[in-house]
Amino acid sequence: MKKKLVALLTASAMALSLIGCGNASSTSGNSTSAPASSGGDLIKVGIINNDPNESGYRTANDKDMKAMFTEANGYEASFAYSLKNDEQITAAQKFIQDGVDYLLLSAADTAGWDSVLKDAQDAGVRVILFDRTIDASEDLYEASIVSDMAKEGETAVNWLKEQGLSEYKVIHIQGVMGSAAQQGRTGALDAQVAADSNWSLVTQQTAEWNAEKAQQIVQSVIDSGEAFNVIYAENDDMAKGAVAALDKANISHGVGKDVIVMGFDCNKWALQELLAQNWNYDGQCNPFQASYIDEIIKTLESGGTLSEKTIIMDEKGFDATKITQDDVDNYGI
Amino acid sequence: MQKNNVLTRLMRNQIFIPVAALILLAIFNLIMDPSFFKITLGYNSVGNPVLSGYLITILDYGSELAILAIGMTLVTAASGGQDISVGATIAISGSVVLRVLCGTNSRPETLQAPIIVAFLISCVAAMLFGAFNGVLVAYFKIQPMVATLILFTAGRSIAAWINNNELPIISDPVFGYFGGFIPGIPIPTPFFIAVACMIVIALVLRFTNLGLYTQAVGINENSSKLNGLNPAFIKFLTFVILGLCVAVAALIKVSRISSINYSVIAKDIEMDAILAVALGGNALSGGKFNMAASILGAYVIQFLTTTLYKFNVQSDALPAYKAVVVIILVVMSTPVVRSWLSEAGKKIKGRTSQKAKEVA
Repeated sequence: MKKKLVALLTASAMALSLIGCGNASSTSGNSTSAPASSGGDLIKVGIINNDPNESGYRTANDKDMKAMFTEANGYEASFAYSLKNDEQITAAQKFIQDGVDYLLLSAADTAGWDSVLKDAQDAGVRVILFDRTIDASEDLYEASIVSDMAKEGETAVNWLKEQGLSEYKVIHIQGVMGSAAQQGRTGALDAQVAADSNWSLVTQQTAEWNAEKAQQIVQSVIDSGEAFNVIYAENDDMAKGAVAALDKANISHGVGKDVIVMGFDCNKWALQELLAQNWNYDGQCNPFQASYIDEIIKTLESGGTLSEKTIIMDEKGFDATKITQDDVDNYGI
Repeated sequence: MQKNNVLTRLMRNQIFIPVAALILLAIFNLIMDPSFFKITLGYNSVGNPVLSGYLITILDYGSELAILAIGMTLVTAASGGQDISVGATIAISGSVVLRVLCGTNSRPETLQAPIIVAFLISCVAAMLFGAFNGVLVAYFKIQPMVATLILFTAGRSIAAWINNNELPIISDPVFGYFGGFIPGIPIPTPFFIAVACMIVIALVLRFTNLGLYTQAVGINENSSKLNGLNPAFIKFLTFVILGLCVAVAALIKVSRISSINYSVIAKDIEMDAILAVALGGNALSGGKFNMAASILGAYVIQFLTTTLYKFNVQSDALPAYKAVVVIILVVMSTPVVRSWLSEAGKKIKGRTSQKAKEVA
């Protein structure tokens, strides 16, 4: 009897996880290969990415890739998605067997890529990393296109410095501790607070990218009656939660108001908040790597060489007083 | 002698545990910083009166947990296990609300459906998912924690799928009332919603046999069957009721920020809900329960959370503090410690007349 129950449970769990997979693939389309109708001079690329459902950043990144690597642009692209490193490696092996010209990779994990990339090299497949770096010898890939999170933090802190407040009392809401985005964005602010006595942190707490937690953290500061004039949230969701707490307590925020609100990631809705002048600043984390990759492939195909291996993307910071509707449409993710 | 009896009776009462915890926390705050208890009346950004202060924050943010504690207490009592999928089903239910309100456009200028319709549909959805859990537990006799593990794992993906993984945002201020303030009323709405749920469950327990039946099933399934009850159906029913509680909590959650983030909304709330039941002195192995104690337990947890935030404890360390509370509670409720305590008590009082009362 017990055994039967266990079997039933595992079967139902499996069935359910299948449904789960079905959901994911119905929106993303797992391993869809473009038909190679015109053949011949198309450049074959195999693209390995994380699941587009992971975040708004990833969704925008995947859309950008799909828009760039089309037959009209001279590419024959195959896509594979996974958040698991071993599945990504399997996909990479398949692409190498299929004889792609380029392997574009956003690795789920930094480790474990050496052998498969050596296989790629032996088979004459050129590898380009995007968004994430890996722990492997630089000889194994042609280029890596990444964001510089520390620079994102510096851009934001420099912007804040330019606001010329007589005193900076900052509520600092951090992302998941230890993540690259958290470390980069925290580092710049910490350095500034340590260097300038006019700057102080009212509180420095992690809300783990969670709007509700951010709301409670800010609520707690409001309840304590401590004064603050800047909210530095390390992503848009948390800034939104913070603003919800401000709204409840009648603390005005935005351009020319009591509290400066800063977010990161440039979600479209966040940029609209900037446009409405409810927030002051949003820092970009650029998901649009396709054009950089395209340029690299064109250079390599024409026999040129790349000046550097690691290419850091341009990332903007948007100021609510200068942002336009065009910016929202072009940079919102 | 008389006094002593009152005291022991009080100690024996289940609600003593959360009340004692509440008093301990209150005294701690009173000593550390009496301004904790200050409540001020102010005006919010649209000019409506609002009360603010730590105590109001506790009533406000503890509400979802209190509502969940109602359903979780029933599930615990009947099935002797817990539902760990409530966080994930809150994501689903919240996603349904936003989906109905937004229609196909994720940033609607006007709501596509009345809020009450969206809420009712989300209730149906949440109760269906509750029923799914209930069927697995009641009819397939799967361990509740294992059965609900399925939705715990898959729920947030389902929630994302309901909205095509888009991020709907509601701009209509009326939707924000459920997680904020109704104009003119200075007390946060979630508290009223929680009170309404408490009244409903109090009436249900008073005028129906639900309480009696769930306890009967939880204490001894076979004897309740011999007495003409249908244990499977009663277990199933408690999961459906929990589904309803989830839908109400989800409405408050999505209303708070007029949006949703599938991966983090109501994260780890199932653990707090189970802790509320345990803090209420209810046996996690099922049987007798005290609803008021569970609800009070939920507010005690929020009291603890708010206190920790006040003292700037790193928010990722909060679970560790809650874990300490759980450990103390669980150890205190083990038979070994209980008998040891009652032995010690007997020695101190020098009396032997106390009959050992079985609570577990």
